[in-house]
Amino acid sequence: MRRINNPQELEKIREEILTRRDPNKPCITICSGTGCHAYGCEKVAEAFRAEIRKRGLEESMDIRTTGCHGFCERGPVVVINPEKIFYQRVTPEDAGEIISETLLKNSTIDRLLYTHPQTGEKIVREDDVPFYQGQMRVIFGNNGKIDPTKIEDYIAIGGYSALAKVLTEFSPEEVIDTIKRSALRGRGGGGFPAGVKWESCRNARGDKHYVICNADEGDPGAYMDRSLLEGNPHSVLEGMIIGAYAIGSDEGYIYVRNEYPLAVRNVGIAIDQLRDCGLLGENILGTGLDFEIKVNRGGGAFVCGESTALMASLEGQAGEPRAKHIHTVESGLWDKPTNLNNVETWANVPLIISRGVKWYTSIGTETSKGTKIFSLVGKVNNTGLVEVPMGITIREIVHDIGGGIPGNGELKAVQTGGPSGGCIPESLIDIPVDFDKLTEVGSMMGSGGMIVMDDRTCMVDIAKYFLNFLKDESCGKCTTCRDGTRRMYEIVDGITRGEGRAGDIELLEELSWVVSEASLCALGQTAPNPVLSTIRYFRDEYEAHIKDKRCPAGVCKALITYLIDQEKCTACGRCKRVCPSEAITGEKKVPHKIDPEKCIRCGACIAECKFDAIEVV
Amino acid sequence: MDSQAIDQILQKYDYGHSSIIAILQDLQEKENYLPEKDLDYVSERLSMPLTRIYRIATFYNAFSLTPRGKYLVNVCLGTACHVRGAARVLDRIKMYLGIDVGEMTKDKLFSLETVNCLGSCALGPIVVIGNEYHGQMTPAKVESTIKKYRKRSSRKKDEKD
Repeated sequence: MRRINNPQELEKIREEILTRRDPNKPCITICSGTGCHAYGCEKVAEAFRAEIRKRGLEESMDIRTTGCHGFCERGPVVVINPEKIFYQRVTPEDAGEIISETLLKNSTIDRLLYTHPQTGEKIVREDDVPFYQGQMRVIFGNNGKIDPTKIEDYIAIGGYSALAKVLTEFSPEEVIDTIKRSALRGRGGGGFPAGVKWESCRNARGDKHYVICNADEGDPGAYMDRSLLEGNPHSVLEGMIIGAYAIGSDEGYIYVRNEYPLAVRNVGIAIDQLRDCGLLGENILGTGLDFEIKVNRGGGAFVCGESTALMASLEGQAGEPRAKHIHTVESGLWDKPTNLNNVETWANVPLIISRGVKWYTSIGTETSKGTKIFSLVGKVNNTGLVEVPMGITIREIVHDIGGGIPGNGELKAVQTGGPSGGCIPESLIDIPVDFDKLTEVGSMMGSGGMIVMDDRTCMVDIAKYFLNFLKDESCGKCTTCRDGTRRMYEIVDGITRGEGRAGDIELLEELSWVVSEASLCALGQTAPNPVLSTIRYFRDEYEAHIKDKRCPAGVCKALITYLIDQEKCTACGRCKRVCPSEAITGEKKVPHKIDPEKCIRCGACIAECKFDAIEVV
Repeated sequence: MDSQAIDQILQKYDYGHSSIIAILQDLQEKENYLPEKDLDYVSERLSMPLTRIYRIATFYNAFSLTPRGKYLVNVCLGTACHVRGAARVLDRIKMYLGIDVGEMTKDKLFSLETVNCLGSCALGPIVVIGNEYHGQMTPAKVESTIKKYRKRSSRKKDEKD
């Protein structure tokens, strides 16, 4: 694209793009988020392209590979515009039929439509799918409309108009005032008011100020930042440029996980495009603003999501946090005033500017405004990314949007906030989701992971899982965190192995207090949360492990035995074939048996049995 | 790696000390791990103490100081994969390959590693082998999945012969 020298030229280019495009021209959009990639969406896109070429239809329809649509459970997802016909689990073989039937004859293909799980009704339009109906996709919804590698697509939906508005109509102070009045809180976990942070950074003394986008999304089970950066990198970049103008910065960094190759690639492409057309670099839009953004790939250390550790990593040091009595807004990266926000926070900024504070603050609760993107994963029917207004209940998210629990399982708990968060029991799922309510019940918002657990999930095992994670990821600087999390892991591990002793729970509580009080950064301070919240709500499960040497959920290997129900077993022999330890015996037509001595409780037989004949006791 | 190729990487980052993580990432991308002699060379060219380079190389999980097999078997242990039984899948892989996490099989074909989350939670439990994703893994599927790679590798060898 040619260089854009001023805001008027940006508008002119937008008009040109829009007049070139016919909104009624059929367009096949194929989700190309990492989830759909794993399902093989590239082959689907290739099949569509080949089919269009073969039939010479290049002029009569467009094809667009877009960012993540969010409904990862049903990928690869294909949406036919302008009618927004929603096809799911599409294979390359379906491409020809979709073109002949839907694009050329206007009829839908029942087989590829989403079936309403309760009514059995076939749903045609994307917006009518229950998964999308309960959402408010003001940030994430654009992912499905644009090809993230094409800046024209972003400009076509109004991209960079917020930046132009800010640069022509707002003083930096007015931008900060707007963000403050919007009450935008940081989406990275802490929930600190973004406008206040910006103001402190702007006012901090120093010849150089930095802005940073934290895309080191380390919480396991959370991937909304990745999908935003992959699917709509320009929205994040626009937010950063606006932030740089407000704060008075000429240099920014994006610190992104190297495990997210597609995000690294797409944000790199987006930055190159911005430089080419003069929206990044010197004299942006002819307004005298200079700003440059560099991308740094993370080294795979969870602690680098912590702001001071991240800055140390950017400096080429080991990612160890430092004490925060000196705020990073005053002395951060290379000891200069630095403003760090998370991906989703930055993506909120253009939205607030374009649609106004009044609109923005009409969404959400008293203390938490706007929407939040959650990654709804685990034991839930509709796994995916959901964007909802703050204040929605967990019940609505899990049951209405998420479609409930698979199989005949029952909801037991929802884990939010990653390793720093906690487990919220089923009895509390009617609380409104916002920053403060989640903290009140012993969890936290975190970056937005929401892991659903059913009655086959052992809560002691979950505590062990997070402790194992934290002891590995502790940077080792503070003794309490380094050794405390290790000691806590050993105790919980002992409990799951049937070696729990009376007093273990109390010891865990005591250690929790020490670790949280005496550690320097949030990783250590919040490390005991998964243990404390599971003890708080599921103490009986701990006691069953300790006193009765029993795992009620049937997960902890040392405390369970596999049995074959002699009534249900049809002696088909499948379990016998997959058993890696030759523990299953039985002749033809005689129900099989498992030798508990040889059984390693790997679960291979359970997955293989078609008759539900294997019991865990 | 020859010194010229390393210099190319160093030049890309302007021999900047603050870019040491990126330098090591690029080096590892080419070599699959961080060979000792390459680190010596980087240390010399950057005038950066070897201890500092090792500190970075051992602090960050992404780096490996030992060679890795032809296929990297990466088991996702994110929370979503965990509640869906990733630990049992990992156990089965360890048993089948006869190695622990961080080790390489004797035939140098497979290395086993774990990752905290790949963000493809809808497909969990996920195992990535090379660059290919295998979703909804179960302990029962482990053997047949890995065997495919063994076959692929021996086929390639045959073609060479």
